[in-house]
Amino acid sequence: MVRLRAGLWTAALVIFALFPEVVTNPAFRTIAVYTLMYMACATSWNMFSGYSGYVALGSAAFFGTGAYTMALLSIHLHMSGGAAMFWLVPVGGLAAMVAALFVGLVALRVRRHTFVVITIAIFFVFQLAAINMNYTGGSSGLSLPYVPWMISYFDVPFYYVALGIVIVAVVLSSLVRRSRFGLQLLAIRDDEDRALGLGVKVFPVKLAGFVLASFCIGMAGGLYAMFQGSIYPQFAFDPIFDISIALMAFFGGFGTLLGPLLGALVLESLQQYLTLTFSNGSLYLILEGALLLFVILFMPQGIVVYVQQWWVNRSLKATTVAPDAAPSGASS
Amino acid sequence: MTTLLSARSVTKSFGGVQALKECSFSVTRGSITGLIGPNGSGKTTLFNVITGYVRPDAGSVDFNGNDITNFRPDRVFALGVGRTFQLTRIFARISVLENMLVATQRDESWLRGLTRSKSSPSELASAMDGLDFVGLAPLASMPAGSLSYGQRKLLELAYVLVAGPEVILLDEPAGGVNLTLVNLIAEKIRALNKEGKTFVIVEHNMEFVMRLCDSVTVMHQGTDLVSGPPAQVRADPLVLDAYLGGGDDEDGDDDD
Repeated sequence: MVRLRAGLWTAALVIFALFPEVVTNPAFRTIAVYTLMYMACATSWNMFSGYSGYVALGSAAFFGTGAYTMALLSIHLHMSGGAAMFWLVPVGGLAAMVAALFVGLVALRVRRHTFVVITIAIFFVFQLAAINMNYTGGSSGLSLPYVPWMISYFDVPFYYVALGIVIVAVVLSSLVRRSRFGLQLLAIRDDEDRALGLGVKVFPVKLAGFVLASFCIGMAGGLYAMFQGSIYPQFAFDPIFDISIALMAFFGGFGTLLGPLLGALVLESLQQYLTLTFSNGSLYLILEGALLLFVILFMPQGIVVYVQQWWVNRSLKATTVAPDAAPSGASS
Repeated sequence: MTTLLSARSVTKSFGGVQALKECSFSVTRGSITGLIGPNGSGKTTLFNVITGYVRPDAGSVDFNGNDITNFRPDRVFALGVGRTFQLTRIFARISVLENMLVATQRDESWLRGLTRSKSSPSELASAMDGLDFVGLAPLASMPAGSLSYGQRKLLELAYVLVAGPEVILLDEPAGGVNLTLVNLIAEKIRALNKEGKTFVIVEHNMEFVMRLCDSVTVMHQGTDLVSGPPAQVRADPLVLDAYLGGGDDEDGDDDD
């Protein structure tokens, strides 16, 4: 089973690595870059929100922080557009972590619904700041140094950097899942007060998770800014982004490693493809809405969990005749 | 015989309800101390004050000669005071074994958790020993949410024990479980007490309390009424009055 799983991950990685070699249509490559960015963000978001149960709906604040870090630094350092700008991607991630530290210090003092509302409110503070400050170019946005790559080749470097961010996000998320720290986040999700009474230092643990989760989101934001060439407050700090990554994680499987990857892969690529196909209509919204409704109705825990349970049930039926295989333990 | 844990003149009110009024209480090292009283007499609030879940308005809590008043629950636990809850609280969506592992760190720094795996071999062994002790070892890999109510009580006892606290506060360990399990829990408490663990038990099952406890404190309307050996307490006219005569139900219910 472990070997099978490792094989599947490797196969997926090989497919993703070869994708731009096989698919040469720039439109599809562009879709792939966006899809990878969302895969990284949804995985990262799930690493905190999925494990701890604290549903944050303001992560675009960190995406935008990464984007503006990339834009402002590349402009003020007078960089000539090119591969050297990729070094600013992790800097964007670190800037997002600093932002998340301050946001977390405020937002993580409250729980559940209040937390959700506070994260949304803080997100709008970030957006309004970007719109209203001179330094950020206000609502006319910022133009980054021009990247002079050929159109047929333009997306490829972005694709591999985005894939790199996805790998970092997956590795981080799985390391967290295996660590004591990850176990503490899961304990907080199930019963925060009980965890506190068993010596879990809940506030620092939550804050560390929140900050760690913003790293890859900030990196994706930095890459986005460079990819777009120019950024505007309403797109760098996009409320749709907040909801999208949460939806992707729920769609694939909230709190699982694979779920957000799958959710982002399906939803983002589908959305981009439908937008491309039905360019002047909003038909894609109807199709995507129908798909979401279907999954939520029939697989409320997400696709991954649904398939896992279906698999377990199937193998149980295949191996045992007695339906009551689970031991019932002591008494009562 | 030294005092391990004590509360002195603890007062706490929630809005207009005075849950604790100048309540004092002490636990001798190595004893099993019972805390009884009618519903709403402040037993659970006293537990909450001792373990840091509720801040008292006045009064102090001492553990091992140190003032631990207003310490946060994780610090109180790290010092060696473990507790269970009246409405059993476990981590339902992780496995039974992982429930045990949450408690094994006790006073580890939170940064350490980032860099280490879920468990070391020795922690795993002690977690399995703990499960074995309460008879849940065969269910170690099951999600804790699939346990029955009685099994959850046992799990809660086991994961509090696994961190090796000096004193364990049990909030109604025999509430809502069948007689066989009540006897099993009593037997486990007695066995642990022989090894030197100190227990404080809140319980409505009088037989359970009288059989196990070395000393009993009776609470009434937020204050300690009488303390002493079970036989003496049972015969005390004040206690009989509090339990049988006085109308206490107007205090509301502090038990959460």
